Amino acid sequence: MIQTIAFYLFATLVIASATLTILARNPVHSVLWLILAFFNAAGLMLLVGAEFIAMLLVIVYVGAVAVLFLFVVMMLDIDFAELRAGFAQYLPFGVLLVIVLAAEMIFAVGAWTAGGVDMAARVAPTPQEVPNIEALGMLIYTRYLYIFEGAGLVLLVALIGAIVLTHRIRGGTKVQKIEAQNMRRPEDATRNVKPAVGQGVEL
Amino acid sequence: MIGLQHYLVVSAILFVMGVFGIFLNRKNVIIILMAIELILLSVNINLVAFSAYLGDLVGQVFAMFVLTVAAGEAAIGLAILVIYFRGRGTIAVDDINRMKG
Repeated sequence: MIQTIAFYLFATLVIASATLTILARNPVHSVLWLILAFFNAAGLMLLVGAEFIAMLLVIVYVGAVAVLFLFVVMMLDIDFAELRAGFAQYLPFGVLLVIVLAAEMIFAVGAWTAGGVDMAARVAPTPQEVPNIEALGMLIYTRYLYIFEGAGLVLLVALIGAIVLTHRIRGGTKVQKIEAQNMRRPEDATRNVKPAVGQGVEL
Repeated sequence: MIGLQHYLVVSAILFVMGVFGIFLNRKNVIIILMAIELILLSVNINLVAFSAYLGDLVGQVFAMFVLTVAAGEAAIGLAILVIYFRGRGTIAVDDINRMKG
């Protein structure tokens, strides 16, 4: 009973916040609705017992991706009202397209039945007595180790790529030149003079 | 327990909302990227739902990889957006036609 209520709450909220993400006038509001959508999707995943993916969704999406979006939206000085031009023009055809697509998918889901699924052919059956995170860890670090490393490599390439793309060397800044400092000898920098008494030194 | 088809319907609606977002905001790249994130989220819900109902953990492993690729894609996409804005002063998709033959 409580599961049903929770499911419908999360499902309604995830769809509503997804709708508001794409319809909001202000992109900052869009990002905030996106965060709400991610939270509710994490709730949906918790309900079926996928705790690790749910926590990953909160940490990776809400903690990193959504904040990145927020950062970029606030950093760029863009006239968002101008970008919304043509919104009403695309609306009727868009709604038509969406209704057709959604109807097709929902009909397909309704007509489908998992009749002939061979449960013995499962690759990694969920262990009953082990927690979800432990079971996933045993799978990732053994059978899917190379794919896991590949995922890490994807993140590394994304990291380097983002830095290479956005890095720029600004002119006119003063930087410390360590090799020039090390090359400097005392005889280049100092002068040994012996002035007569009362004469002073010409600088 | 909630039926598998409930999850599939939620994920289908979420997917369609992502497509709708790309369609409606076709000038604003930031919203388009967010709509792509919504689409990937719906795919993840689908994978996790099937994984839970068939009792096979591989779906959750795959959902993790989808999440990784989504994070990388968002980072690279936003980096390209930032350098594009730096050069042109706008992010309207219609103006991105420099490579047109």
